[in-house]
Amino acid sequence: MSKDILILALLDGVSYAGLLFLVALGLTFIFGVVRILNVAHGSLYACGGYAAATLGLWLGGGSLGVSLAALIGSSIVVGIVLGTLLMLLLRRFQDRDPILQLLVTFGAFMIFEDLQRMIWGTQPYFVADVVNQMGTSEVLGVIYMNYQLLFVPGAALGVYALLQWFLNRTLMGRQIVAVTHDREVATAMGINAKRIAYLTFVVGAMLGALGGALASPTTSLVPGIGADMIVLSFAVVATAGLGQISGALITALLIGLSRSFCVYLYPELEVVMPYVIMVLVLLVRPQGLFTVAQARRI
Amino acid sequence: MRLSMIVATVAGVALLITGLSMPWLKIPLILSFCYGMAALGIGVLLRAGQISFGHAMYACISGYVVAYLSSHFRGLDGALLIILGTLASIAVGMLVGAFVVRYREIFFGMLNLAISMVLFTVLGKFYAYTGGTDGLRVQRPTLFGFELGRTEFESALLVLAVILSLAVIWGVQRYFRSSAGEALAAIKTNETRLEYLGVSAKLLLWQGYVLSAGLCGLAGSLFGLSQGLVTPEMGYWLRSGEFVFIAILGGSGHAVGAFVGALLYEFLKMYAAALVSGAWQMILGVTLIVIIYFLPKGLVGLLSERRKALRGDA
Repeated sequence: MSKDILILALLDGVSYAGLLFLVALGLTFIFGVVRILNVAHGSLYACGGYAAATLGLWLGGGSLGVSLAALIGSSIVVGIVLGTLLMLLLRRFQDRDPILQLLVTFGAFMIFEDLQRMIWGTQPYFVADVVNQMGTSEVLGVIYMNYQLLFVPGAALGVYALLQWFLNRTLMGRQIVAVTHDREVATAMGINAKRIAYLTFVVGAMLGALGGALASPTTSLVPGIGADMIVLSFAVVATAGLGQISGALITALLIGLSRSFCVYLYPELEVVMPYVIMVLVLLVRPQGLFTVAQARRI
Repeated sequence: MRLSMIVATVAGVALLITGLSMPWLKIPLILSFCYGMAALGIGVLLRAGQISFGHAMYACISGYVVAYLSSHFRGLDGALLIILGTLASIAVGMLVGAFVVRYREIFFGMLNLAISMVLFTVLGKFYAYTGGTDGLRVQRPTLFGFELGRTEFESALLVLAVILSLAVIWGVQRYFRSSAGEALAAIKTNETRLEYLGVSAKLLLWQGYVLSAGLCGLAGSLFGLSQGLVTPEMGYWLRSGEFVFIAILGGSGHAVGAFVGALLYEFLKMYAAALVSGAWQMILGVTLIVIIYFLPKGLVGLLSERRKALRGDA
């Protein structure tokens, strides 16, 4: 293995981990508060990507500012619209069996999957203005795109820091944490759990859409990307432990890096790698890497 | 529940006659019975409150075993192939089950999914043994010693599918009513209490898991024989999702449910796909949500509630 390939694999892995982290973060964040594993999160990723590409084409992508605005704006819009829709749907199933709630999001995922195909067709979309506008730089003899080198990992870390600040330093964030720990007690303390759940859902949905939007300039958008992503981000979330935000960051890095090393060294195993890691981790730590033990409820 | 078994037998025979008199219905009917068996496997786990997004893996394993044996050991009889295919799934189910029964709910579902994805990838990549994404052909074997042409073979498979389905319904229903089966349902209600009674929830779930793997394997063996081709797609997670969908549609209250769901699903697919092309998944999604909203116990729940109301002990 030459030095160049090592560096390429490292950089690819970090950039991919950034995307994976954003999507998995949305998933785990929603689960923490609403206690629903949202299968339709894959659709949010796909819709975020498509919306960003469409908006980018429409605005023409004249300058870097416009391209970035297209990426961020579209993920906010998609997050609010689809997040609200999903939340309204799930409210109708609030007191049902958790498995049935999971299946409702699965149903929603199937509906979105066809809607996407109707709106954007099956032709691949590819809008890469922003990548060219950011230019390239040289890392230890390897030419690499700034977008993937700096922007995507930077955005992921930025979102992580922002979320940590929000959860630990603001009133709203503290309320979210309280609801995560114990919904009943939090409600008794006067927290409007319904509003908190809605807010969480929209923020989580935006994160999923942002992941898709940031992926759109470097991957071609085709039907089915949502399905692939949801399974992968599930793997990250389960490996890290449900509801673990910092854990998701480390796990995404672990899975992202091992996947990109696989791409260069054993391409046959690329798709399997995340699952192998997940199975190995869960064998040793059944509740995920970063979960603290929970009291057993009788 | 004897009445339900009689009704199921009559319905099975009626479907058999329909299939034999209308040849174009033969394959859809065989497929419905296959889907029914697989969905029943999911139904067993649903009773324990667990869900698997990876059980298509077992159908796939059995299908591949049948395909491999049918072309490498030409003399093997169809009936023997079905048995060997199902045994392969049971064996894998025992092994995987020992590992996954330590987990509940989403972890359980995800682990099954992960393992099935590993299999899916391995089947697609190791071209030399598995034929890659093209899959393997199933050579038409003899059936109970008879060399059969294509039409006769399909008719015989339909008969076999009906008989096997009825046997499976009867057996699984017996299991549901046995102490092991009733205790399995208690995993969903309250696992801790179950453990206090001195019953091992892990062992119970393992038994249920092996049963469900065997049912999916049986479905896969029949599926492979009737299609004549197995591909890795058989084990893709969306296929597992289909099984779950059918199990929910039919309901897990009675073993017949899975088959009612499968028939409805297969014919919904036939007509909906022709009527509105490109919106098939959307129709499925809407149906799933509507069913969960109005009939959380599936179609079978609807029937049993009516019976209870008639008897006056609702």
